[in-house]
Amino acid sequence: MKRADALRVALLLAPGLLLALFALVGGVAFWATLDEPQRQVLAAALNHSGTVLLPVGLGLSALGAWGAHLLYQQHVAAAPRLLEQAQVRVDGELPHEIVPAGSAALQGLAQSINQLVRQRTQLREDMALKVAEASQRIDQERGRLAALMSELTQSVVVCNLDGRILLYNQRARVQFRALSSAPSLAGGAELIGLGRSIYGVFERKLVAHALEKIEARLQRGATQPTAQFVTTTAAGQLLRAMMTPVRGTAPDDAVMHGFVLMLDNITREFEDESARDQLLHAFTEGSRASLGNLQAAVEMLDDADMDTAMRERFQGVIRDEARAMSKRIQDLATRSTQDLRTRWPLEDMLGADLVSAALRRIELLPGLRAGSGEVDGSLWLKVDSFSLLLALASLAARLADEYDIKRVELRLVPAGPRAHLDLVWTGPSMSSETVLNWEAEPMKVGAESSPLSVRDVVQRHGGEFWFERERVRQQTFFRFLLPLASAQEPLDAAAFVHSDSRPEYYDFDLFQATESTHALDDRPLADLAYTVFDTETTGLNPSQGDEIIQIGATRIVGGKLRRQECFEQLVDPQRDIPAAGIPIHGVQPEMVRGQPTIDRVLPAFHTFAQDTVLVAHNAAFDMRFLQLKEARTGVRFEQPVLDTLLLSAAVHPNQESHGLEAIAERLGVTVLGRHTALGDAMVTAEVFLKLLPLLQAAGIYTLGQAREASQKTFYARVQY
Amino acid sequence: MSHKVLIADDEPNIVISLEYLMKRAGYEVLVARDGQEAIDAIRRERPRLVLLDVMMPKKSGYDVCQELRADEDLKGTLVLMLTAKGRDTDIDKGLGVGADAYMTKPFATKELVAKVADMLGAAP
Repeated sequence: MKRADALRVALLLAPGLLLALFALVGGVAFWATLDEPQRQVLAAALNHSGTVLLPVGLGLSALGAWGAHLLYQQHVAAAPRLLEQAQVRVDGELPHEIVPAGSAALQGLAQSINQLVRQRTQLREDMALKVAEASQRIDQERGRLAALMSELTQSVVVCNLDGRILLYNQRARVQFRALSSAPSLAGGAELIGLGRSIYGVFERKLVAHALEKIEARLQRGATQPTAQFVTTTAAGQLLRAMMTPVRGTAPDDAVMHGFVLMLDNITREFEDESARDQLLHAFTEGSRASLGNLQAAVEMLDDADMDTAMRERFQGVIRDEARAMSKRIQDLATRSTQDLRTRWPLEDMLGADLVSAALRRIELLPGLRAGSGEVDGSLWLKVDSFSLLLALASLAARLADEYDIKRVELRLVPAGPRAHLDLVWTGPSMSSETVLNWEAEPMKVGAESSPLSVRDVVQRHGGEFWFERERVRQQTFFRFLLPLASAQEPLDAAAFVHSDSRPEYYDFDLFQATESTHALDDRPLADLAYTVFDTETTGLNPSQGDEIIQIGATRIVGGKLRRQECFEQLVDPQRDIPAAGIPIHGVQPEMVRGQPTIDRVLPAFHTFAQDTVLVAHNAAFDMRFLQLKEARTGVRFEQPVLDTLLLSAAVHPNQESHGLEAIAERLGVTVLGRHTALGDAMVTAEVFLKLLPLLQAAGIYTLGQAREASQKTFYARVQY
Repeated sequence: MSHKVLIADDEPNIVISLEYLMKRAGYEVLVARDGQEAIDAIRRERPRLVLLDVMMPKKSGYDVCQELRADEDLKGTLVLMLTAKGRDTDIDKGLGVGADAYMTKPFATKELVAKVADMLGAAP
């Protein structure tokens, strides 16, 4: 630094020194050319006017230097300065423009540079706007797709060619719950989830076979090839799957990128059908036998030589078989009526719609007017509208026929968890015997008749039916007690924790994902799938008999928290829960009563966590509890484990606290519902996601690096 | 000499007719009311022909038929399966386990008598 300064001073002084030297040498040379008298004249002249000559000489020198400086600045120094300014603008945006300086050409150049910079800025802004618009459009389209999928009543699962799930809908989620062998535990979440393998549900060979069939059809030029297979699942359910290929979007791109599975659970259908089949079969065989006996006996009776005793025996056979046949047919009729009754599904219907449909239906009956009384327009009923309308119409028809009623009214009011649907008339009452008859007889409206009775219809709805008389208003009515449609599906854990956004049931980025051959350690943290979990326990010492009372977990796939794919389960610890802990975890002893024990919960959690990296806050604590159960449950958690406590310590070594709440606050994670296992797991997951970019900034990209960094922190050296 | 015919059926209402029919046709008639009884009767009495029902307690007609065919001494016994099981697959199974003929209920008694006579006549 000092050396450079010295150089600079030297450079600055050099021209002056040179000038002085030049003047000195010139003066000496001039002096040498003069002879003595001339020297004396000059000395006298210098003596006389030297005081004037020196300042003039110095002044001339200064003027010359100034002029040289100006010329230098304008023509020599301005060009490199402009270059520097231009270079700065190549590297990044600057708020102000270059001030033109130097020669006219340089000034023009500066102005051109300014203009180019302006154009570039404009271009960048346009580009950013277009990108923003495009991504907004994509978001909208995705939102629309998600909405569409969630409305579908059929189960849809989309997979890439590796069988990884890219998309599924609400219906599929519900269906997989039914397929789960641990339905009360993971609720199917261990089977379905983004990035999970469909081979957890279906045999790989089965899917491969269907894929082959489709490939073959594609090659033969089929435009819409599909394949179908039926399979039984581990839980003993019968599933029919229809597979359609996902092809490239380009018109000539026939290559398959993945497949769509549409699933039907046909277990019930199949059982019903085989029951019907059996019924029919038994009926056919029974009838054949009876008819055989009958025919043989009748033909024997043709024998004229037969004695009376024998003849009577044959007649006995005929009476007997005829009776058996009648009974058999009666049984069949009853069974199929029951079948009819159980087969009808109940649907959600707006009560007011049902009333107006019923009014129209009744108005069609000859000589009968119908009107509506009080009708609660907000009521949703869960009904089979077809049979219920028939019941109302048949009752109204009988009122008109047998009691000459000309006008009826319909009323619909709420009654606790049910609704009252009343068929009201003014006029004669009837005996309870008549009501019983009307209730039990098959329904009939004009030419239309049904094997069902009003009672059957009511039973089908799990409701009630009775007859009442209001003396004050002189009104009589039949009352149907009907179930209301539940306002919404029961809140499940996922909806409870996170209700403010549409479920993330899809992630098409996973289309690219292929089974990696890299060891997990070399994989970037952002690419991995994680199970973030937390346990609540009776105390802090697993080795001294403390037990897990709750496990909560959620998943991170493709760098996003999948709130809907969560696991929450209370566990019966088979011991008391110390009162001291209850305010912390909020698990009361009666809450765990009747819950599954750890032997059942841990295998389900193990399935839920398969193929993922485990993440927990202070993971050593939770892992210790899991490991102590290995022998008893036979379940080993061998996957890598990351600890948000250690990662936080690695990123912020100087912070005092690495408690979950402190980290959450530091990283700007809102804490909701802490100290339930699932609530804590959610917070941990969000913290983990916020830690990822910080880890990257600290040069920690891969799982291996993260594990190494964790081990180096102070906290890692403290044994739990 | 008249042939011995065994009627193996658990339903008295058909046994009475079959017994009457066979006797009237001049055969010596034996009756068994379940599969086991039928096997025992065949071993003991060596009937020439069995009218065999499929659905019987203890042993089904299929079982009885298979046992007869597996036994060197008894495999010559003629078997006419007479049953309410009328599906193609049932008939195939009956003939598959070794029945010589198969008749589905209900049947015309005349046809049955003709069939039995035919089978016994054709027999050596």
